[in-house]
Amino acid sequence: MKINHHPDASTLMSYAAGSLPEVLSAVVAAHIEVCPRCAAEVAEMERIGASLFERIEAVPMLEPALGANEKSSTQELAQLLDTRFAAEDPDESVLTRLLGRELSDVHWKRLGFGIWHHPIQLSPGTQGDLRLIKVAPGQVMPEHGHGGSELTLVLEGAYSDETGCYRTGDVSDLGDDVEHRPISDPSEGCICLIASEQKARFKDVVARIFQPLTGL
Amino acid sequence: MVVATSSIGQRRYSPASANTIAMAHLLQRVAEERDREAFEELYGSFAPRVKAYMIRQGADPTTAEELAQETLMTVWRKAGLYSDTKGSATTWIFTIARNLRIDRLRREVPWQALPEGRDEEAADDQAPDEAVAERQRRHRVHEVLSELPSDQHQVVVLSYIEGLSHSEIAERLELPLGTVKSRMRLAYQKIRESVEDLK
Repeated sequence: MKINHHPDASTLMSYAAGSLPEVLSAVVAAHIEVCPRCAAEVAEMERIGASLFERIEAVPMLEPALGANEKSSTQELAQLLDTRFAAEDPDESVLTRLLGRELSDVHWKRLGFGIWHHPIQLSPGTQGDLRLIKVAPGQVMPEHGHGGSELTLVLEGAYSDETGCYRTGDVSDLGDDVEHRPISDPSEGCICLIASEQKARFKDVVARIFQPLTGL
Repeated sequence: MVVATSSIGQRRYSPASANTIAMAHLLQRVAEERDREAFEELYGSFAPRVKAYMIRQGADPTTAEELAQETLMTVWRKAGLYSDTKGSATTWIFTIARNLRIDRLRREVPWQALPEGRDEEAADDQAPDEAVAERQRRHRVHEVLSELPSDQHQVVVLSYIEGLSHSEIAERLELPLGTVKSRMRLAYQKIRESVEDLK
């Protein structure tokens, strides 16, 4: 996979710091899985965190290590912790974990002319919006990128706008001041994972999709 | 071996990575021999810092203490997955604390993988060189951070230690989002340049 468009360095830093909103983190994680370059950048950025962490002014612990006063053997402890972490499955792809199924098994909802979507539920109380968008070939896509941070990852097919052509694995990380008008690939169309930091933005997106139909 | 130097600047920093190697050895003893004494040393060194980190991230002292305990328990359990060539002990422990903080304090899924998931095919015969390069890299990152202009240093600390998103930093400092992002980028550019020859 040849990837030409990557998230901004500031986005990757925030991700490495653990401060990127969850919806955006999910998109970055899905990109990193297919982009060794960004994975290496994030590793570099984690060193920044470690360096700052190392110099933090320590706060003394009240409890000694491993509850040393108690008689818990290391064996018991190891078992306890193994149970606790057993639920993790590192072999599942980020996208499969996000969707709870394979991309091919997604139930699409029709949004309008040649456009389908599938909202993705993240942790309760999480800010922002994450969803899949599927666009038929040669279709003008819902405009996004106004206010807050937004990330788009191409999962299948391609689209183009004023800033270039985005293919599978590419990420668009446009600032909140960029206007663009993406058009899906004329032969393949595209499927994208789109995160928006602000929930309200997608209502606007839906409004824009219906705009030509409703004449608003 | 990396010789620690003290940095002179507007901020006072503890000597860089002086005990990096010692920490890596402790972690190895925990991994290979389930050495409880080694673990207690690691605990003594890292738990108070994890606790401080959690407090800076907004946890109350009791929760911070529990999260520090849990971070070190995870270190105990996962020590076998740690490799010196994949990053320093501190970086590894930082990522564990970071993910735990996302999970418990933000109640979100940490989509950030721990470094154990990377570089699985690193060749064994390269390991000593890589370990040395890793220490050099950490040392340079330390130096560049200590020399950053204060406006860049500020956004980096707010992001990594206070746990603020770019939008929250922009709000806190009353700056446009684009300014926050460009300060982060500038800081990273300097760090990246400083380690370029080690790649």
